[in-house]
Amino acid sequence: MKLLVGSLQLGLLYGILALGIYISFRILSIPDLTTEGSFSFGLSVSAALTALGHPWLALLAGMAAGAAAGAVTGILQTRFRIHPILSGIITMSGLYSVNLAVLGGSPNLSLVRAPTLFKILPFLSKNEAMTVLPACFALLFLALVILFFHTHVGMSIRAVGDNEDMVRASSINVNGCKILSFCVSNALVALSGALIAQYQGYADISSSTGILVVGLASVIIGEALFGRRGVTLGFISAIAGSLIYRYIVALATKYSPLPAYMLKLVSALIVALALAIPAVRQDFGTAALKRGGKTHA
Amino acid sequence: MLDIQNALKVFEKGTPSEHTALNHVSLHLDRGEFVTVIGSNGAGKSSLFNAICGVFLLNEGRILLDGKDITFEKEHRRALTIGRVFQDPMKGTAPHMTIEENLSLAYSRVMARPLSFSPSARQRALFRDRLSEFGMGLEDRMKTQVGLLSGGQRQAVTLLMCTIVPPRLLLLDEHTAALDPATAEKVMEITKKTVEKDHLTTLMITHNISASLTTGNRTLMMDSGEILFDFSGEQRRGMTVDGLMKLYSVNRHRVLDNDRMLLM
Repeated sequence: MKLLVGSLQLGLLYGILALGIYISFRILSIPDLTTEGSFSFGLSVSAALTALGHPWLALLAGMAAGAAAGAVTGILQTRFRIHPILSGIITMSGLYSVNLAVLGGSPNLSLVRAPTLFKILPFLSKNEAMTVLPACFALLFLALVILFFHTHVGMSIRAVGDNEDMVRASSINVNGCKILSFCVSNALVALSGALIAQYQGYADISSSTGILVVGLASVIIGEALFGRRGVTLGFISAIAGSLIYRYIVALATKYSPLPAYMLKLVSALIVALALAIPAVRQDFGTAALKRGGKTHA
Repeated sequence: MLDIQNALKVFEKGTPSEHTALNHVSLHLDRGEFVTVIGSNGAGKSSLFNAICGVFLLNEGRILLDGKDITFEKEHRRALTIGRVFQDPMKGTAPHMTIEENLSLAYSRVMARPLSFSPSARQRALFRDRLSEFGMGLEDRMKTQVGLLSGGQRQAVTLLMCTIVPPRLLLLDEHTAALDPATAEKVMEITKKTVEKDHLTTLMITHNISASLTTGNRTLMMDSGEILFDFSGEQRRGMTVDGLMKLYSVNRHRVLDNDRMLLM
């Protein structure tokens, strides 16, 4: 039971991360490595402010921090024409120092005595809050991103990811759209980090290692279930994918003979396999065609 | 209307592969003119369009649109008033977005309230109306992803995207060349209708010489980055494909030869 509920909570919190990854990976078609830095940026900022007694402000500041990180990547990529992957790596590396600075120079910060959101809600016990809050945040931001990507700006961003040539010829500011979507994407990633810090009750600088793969795995698992049809379903499936990913992880850690530290390797394998399937399928198709051709000839 | 003054564009200047795409081209278009442009590969037709759209900046010369100097204006700013349809049907639309979303993007660009939801019910009605004029049944497929349409249907959608808010200048870059003959004719018919309806000032590149003489009301022939001939009125009405070919070889001392040009 504890496992079921715990996975649900984590799935929802990391679902917000999956929303952000869906924006960069699927809508813009750019795997954004800033994620690895902006997740801990949100996490550290949130932890630092919560420790000072401002848990709500911590979330806002965490999001703003993520958006700023996204803006840096976006500007490196558009204004200075640095390769998309490389600009993400640059921001991510720089953020490592920033995050340490935010945590006061130490790699972790405990929030045991701090008033996290989960402790201060009226009418709800801490245990209830740990399910209710993640659900509220996940649903709220799910609704917000769906709405946003149906507005004029949101559609412009989708068009940029879909056909940049067309957008360049149609009066939409491509660079502006890209920067904005990196901001939105990383703000969501950072919010996920900000909530996780308060949820766990501590911040650890290393908790964002491999977080991009976690997000990608969620997006891909979601797509395996729902298919790739439109953004609305895409966002919903990203959150669903995140939930399923957490249950897989829970099962794997409980029943598998592998130690817990193998988790990242398993996630990486899931992502690699899922991304390889189309190519493998095509090769099998070609091979079948060749065999067919030979027997007839 | 459109005024190009002494436009010079040299690619890879100072290298052995230096190439003059536009050699001091001057061109004036009056409002409502429908001008066809012909010329062999590398004649400078597409460079002329790219210069007008701001894909690259000129080495020398100025471009004015409606009296406003747009020589150094950014590409996406110019696109507010210049519509362009490319030869490649894949280029003008976002394949994973629906017809109505594509149209809405194009429609809202002028009065963009960034956070307004689109398409609105009013927009939908307008799109349906305009699409039905094409007689291609697209008005019943507004929620279809554009990537699932045929080349001709995509070009029709692109054309509507470029003209749904009438542009000051419409540029058609061999927009029927990638289509099969029947579809090409259909798209051309739609084009003529649309241009007439809003009296759009239009430049159209074509490789079909006879069509270039019968479509619109003025014909330019380009060669080696220059405008070789500029026919309109009486002179154009009397011109034939053969006459044009002769004129070309007399002027250039070589035979007009291009496997892509249709001499029908």
